[in-house]
Amino acid sequence: MAATLKDATAIVGIGQTAFARHLPQSEKELACRAILAALADAGIDPGEVDAFSSYTMEETDEVEVAKAIGAGDVTFFSKIGYGGGGSCATVGHLAAAVATGQATVGVAWRSRKRGSGPRPWKNTAVQLPTPGQWTRPFGLLRPADEIGMLARRYMHEYGATRDHLFNVAMACRNRANENPTAMMYERPLTREMYMTSRMISDPLCLFDNCLETDGALACVIVSAERARDCRHKPVYVHSAAQGLPSQHHGMVNYWNDDPLSGPAWTAARHLWKQADFGPQDVDVAQIYDAFTPLIPLSLEGYGFCGRGEGAAFTEGGALELGGRLPINTGGGGLSEAYVHGFNLINEGVKQLRGVSTAQVPDATTCLVTAGEGVPTSAILLRS
Amino acid sequence: MTTAPEAAAPADGLLLPVPDEDGAPFWEYAARGELRVQACTDCGRLRFPPRPCCPHCRSFDSEWRRMSGRGRIWSYVRPHPPLLPAYAAQAPYNVILVELADAPHIRLAGNLVTSADAPLDSVDPARLRIGARVHVVFTELGGMSVPRWLLEKS
Repeated sequence: MAATLKDATAIVGIGQTAFARHLPQSEKELACRAILAALADAGIDPGEVDAFSSYTMEETDEVEVAKAIGAGDVTFFSKIGYGGGGSCATVGHLAAAVATGQATVGVAWRSRKRGSGPRPWKNTAVQLPTPGQWTRPFGLLRPADEIGMLARRYMHEYGATRDHLFNVAMACRNRANENPTAMMYERPLTREMYMTSRMISDPLCLFDNCLETDGALACVIVSAERARDCRHKPVYVHSAAQGLPSQHHGMVNYWNDDPLSGPAWTAARHLWKQADFGPQDVDVAQIYDAFTPLIPLSLEGYGFCGRGEGAAFTEGGALELGGRLPINTGGGGLSEAYVHGFNLINEGVKQLRGVSTAQVPDATTCLVTAGEGVPTSAILLRS
Repeated sequence: MTTAPEAAAPADGLLLPVPDEDGAPFWEYAARGELRVQACTDCGRLRFPPRPCCPHCRSFDSEWRRMSGRGRIWSYVRPHPPLLPAYAAQAPYNVILVELADAPHIRLAGNLVTSADAPLDSVDPARLRIGARVHVVFTELGGMSVPRWLLEKS
């Protein structure tokens, strides 16, 4: 019988720093603080850490983290590309490493000063060659412009409206208003505010865009057997997948037959194939939300509704607590913090421990996704 | 940090294409006022962006096939600040994706303007419409020739 990841490992510790537009500490210090908090949460000594995984965009490398926290001999380390598309794959890689005996205690993390640091799209020297030569000179400069292009087409093809995108922004903001550590904790949103806010890349307005955040998060992965001896109820990694579809072009997915069917579909096929349950059995979802239109696209991709039905799915409070599929219960990237989606992983763990600030009663299954619109990843968690 | 090869910056400060090895022929043909797309010499299929190998038949032989220059707007955005300064100065402007009449799966990014050398915000936003017919023209920018798009007379 082939090796399987299913429930072989569990997330046993989570940690985070404060989230703010500006934090005084360096990215390195924030990384170490989040990682040590996650290990303390798990009740595991940092000297036992022997595996790391993070994003290629993470600026603090394993050598720096390992020597600062006093890790042991490290036998597995990996980094995943494509920005927020890599978030869930950090957990997936560590789950694979632990399940196959390459390591015993894995730490995944992301630390980023995106709130006070530079906006990546301003670095034109790096941004201009392939594929930037086909888009940047024409003023398609930022991720919001690239996704806005797909969003307008989506609205045109399927009758989606700004009200549908507002439903997404509102659900995330409502959860953030319940989460004292969210950047938008005491900042309610109204439809009036949304509809009159300034445009960033029409059709996307300010509230369709994620926050700009300084902060760091980490989690700890061990075998299911070890997890039972840890401090908290284990949250099992039930299934994990990455997705790079055939003829996909990243955020500028303009040059194939079906630009509106992206990496979520590819990741989802593998994710569900490995799982004992399906979309209808998911109690709560943490869906990558750098931009509101990624939610209807992801709802379709991960099979919660049919093609073109993602916008309509958001109607009637479906994404709110008590709705068909509560999402981003900590506030997500739109309203809690934008740390390349790592807060979605930790929020998934909180839900299955039963300690979220917006707890879904008796939640036992959670889907966490990474960025749709770039080569992506996803995990299914269960308690 | 490595610096990309920089062409002379145009007077208005817009970004210039920085061609890579695969893309260079596109810009060389553009300099002659021709819109050409890479095609596989063996199986004949068009591909964009250009790349070394045909994803259908894996042939490394390619040629550049001339397009009619006509297409339809597949989608568009209107960027507002914060933007790079030269773009902020013309914002909100339009960026359109043009589905080529000769190859509908190839959608070129560009700008809809009132004439080849007109500013990026020269077209009345009310005239932006998915499905509108457009055709290519070229404008000189910092010693390079880049495509612009005009609405077809209806």
